[in-house]
Amino acid sequence: MHVMYFTEQPMSAYPANVGLEIGHTALMFSNKYFDPVAGSRLYNEYLEQYIYAEEQGVEGFMLNEHHNAPFCMQAKCNVFASILAAVTKKAKIVLLGNPLPLAENPVRLAEELAMIDMISKGRLVSGFVRGGGQEQLATGVNPAFNRERFEEAHDLLVAAWTRQGPFRWEGTHYQHRVVNPWAVPLQKPYPRVWIPGVLSKETIIWAAKQRYPYIALNTSIEATKNIWKVYDEVAREVGYEAGPENRGYLQQVHVSDSEEKAEKNARQFLWMQGEFTGLAHPVWSSPSGYSSPDHRRQFVQFAVGRAESPRGRPTFETQVADGRVIFGTPKTVIPKLRRVLEETRPSIYGLWGNDGTVSNEDARTCIRLLGQEVMPAMREIGNELGLKDPFQLNSPVHLRYSTDLKHMPQAAE
Amino acid sequence: MAAGWSEREYDIAGSKLHVTRAGSGRPVLVLHHDTGSPERLPFYDALAERFDVLVPHHPGYGKSERPQWLRHPRDIAAVYQWLLAEAGVERASLVGLGFGGWIAAEMAALAPRDFHRLVLVGAMGVKPPEGDIFDQAIVSYIDYARAGFHDEAAFARVYGEVSTDQLVEWDICREMSFRIAWKPYMHSQTLPHLLGGVRAPSLVVWGDQDQIVPRSAGEVYARSLPNARFEIVAGSGHCVDMEQPEALARLVTAFVAEN
Repeated sequence: MHVMYFTEQPMSAYPANVGLEIGHTALMFSNKYFDPVAGSRLYNEYLEQYIYAEEQGVEGFMLNEHHNAPFCMQAKCNVFASILAAVTKKAKIVLLGNPLPLAENPVRLAEELAMIDMISKGRLVSGFVRGGGQEQLATGVNPAFNRERFEEAHDLLVAAWTRQGPFRWEGTHYQHRVVNPWAVPLQKPYPRVWIPGVLSKETIIWAAKQRYPYIALNTSIEATKNIWKVYDEVAREVGYEAGPENRGYLQQVHVSDSEEKAEKNARQFLWMQGEFTGLAHPVWSSPSGYSSPDHRRQFVQFAVGRAESPRGRPTFETQVADGRVIFGTPKTVIPKLRRVLEETRPSIYGLWGNDGTVSNEDARTCIRLLGQEVMPAMREIGNELGLKDPFQLNSPVHLRYSTDLKHMPQAAE
Repeated sequence: MAAGWSEREYDIAGSKLHVTRAGSGRPVLVLHHDTGSPERLPFYDALAERFDVLVPHHPGYGKSERPQWLRHPRDIAAVYQWLLAEAGVERASLVGLGFGGWIAAEMAALAPRDFHRLVLVGAMGVKPPEGDIFDQAIVSYIDYARAGFHDEAAFARVYGEVSTDQLVEWDICREMSFRIAWKPYMHSQTLPHLLGGVRAPSLVVWGDQDQIVPRSAGEVYARSLPNARFEIVAGSGHCVDMEQPEALARLVTAFVAEN
């Protein structure tokens, strides 16, 4: 079982009261409220926390990125990945991930990731995401072609990693007359790709078709099981049996040396006014064309205030009850995690340890307890439950490298 | 559909194009806003009293199918040239409303000798020298549609209590607008250079309270089109056709009736 440490890297020094008055804390929330002095301190604290995590036995760093919002101040996950590639030694650097549609030049992304893979001596896991709706608006990228761009950028990037150059790419959204990057990944055939997601079924299906592990982001246990059902069916259709090695899970888990302190800090998981990504207009989070047309009717009613958010706004208590938020001391947290492992059987596990205004000291305590006590226990439970991860199994990086397909589909060129 | 208006679907460039038509006389092609078009409008009826009026739904909007390949409003201009050929319409006058004005201007620029008159009402399509074209991506469907009106009562008269079907239609319209006019947003960098070729006499109309397309864009059109007149309609937002239908119909009727 592969267990990683994650933090959303909150810009916790922003004036929350101003956001509440204005009514939004994303996309259009003015960056005049971004304090670079606090920003400098926080970036360094977060970097030091990741480095400390490795010292405490953490085997994976999970990184992500978002734009124009205080809920996450990591605007480019490749920046932190580059630094960690140089200053750490053993932990996997797991990007979940680079938002592909935002790339105007996926070849450049291929170069950056290849450099990170070489500098880290083969520790890169290169996840890809579509980017949230507001990410498209923040970067001027057309939301109506989000999924098309995601798939084409992926195909181009993988080609840049695996095909000998120079070659030519005349696609629908990307045209490159000379693809020949002089930086290629150390890992062969290419670094592992994991696909995180929350809501869209299309992404689960796409990931299963590629045989890329799908990482369910903070979904409830029930929702997670439904995701695996979809994934498993598609896997069978394309010729393989999905198992724990195809399944990942990210969960909000805060540990501390007392239950009281753990609960107080865990409440910070709702620090963005109870919204995962802060207060935002629905049409920012889901611009026209970004989501599946199946959701159009439900969404437009939500967008004009006539219906509840499809995500809902569950209270802290609800999220604790349905297992999305876990807190406590290692002693009380481990049995709760065992239950999630037994129920959902993932082999990849992200522990989202700290959020909001949790102090640097408490964050480091959490990391120490995760690294020294919780993660080793999880790995043991993982062994006991047979939750072997893609590294342990040396599972194929992509469907086309499979040797065990029931029937050989066209994809296995 | 009330008496006088007929509906027809044309197969153009691989997709079904929905067109309504009424009246007789000189042909007038009316091109609707980026928010689509209600089935009937008093403005359309007023024109149909004097002219042969064709109101298509833009490809990808309303009842017309979405051509997946379509990438730019200039493609719609070509689709409409095809439509006019298919319908056997010669020497049409073009009346472009808002976003439809952009398409009309493209048509007139691409085929300078084809048209009798060009009318642009709050037309998108050129970069306003002052101000910006309102970005619908950051507001809700209702707020965007409402921003097209100066008087709230005029909005209510057209849309009433906005239905869920209307919201769905606006979302589909918006998706199509994103697909073809995302960047640069709602304008062309090449169109202004081509307007000088237009031979049709042109009427550029702007609501004096237009919050969607700054009047400075209208001034660019009026300046760049060789034979253009600029008219301001008082007490109107962007959607002059819906907010001041009689005033606009009077202007357009007199202009198209000219020889």
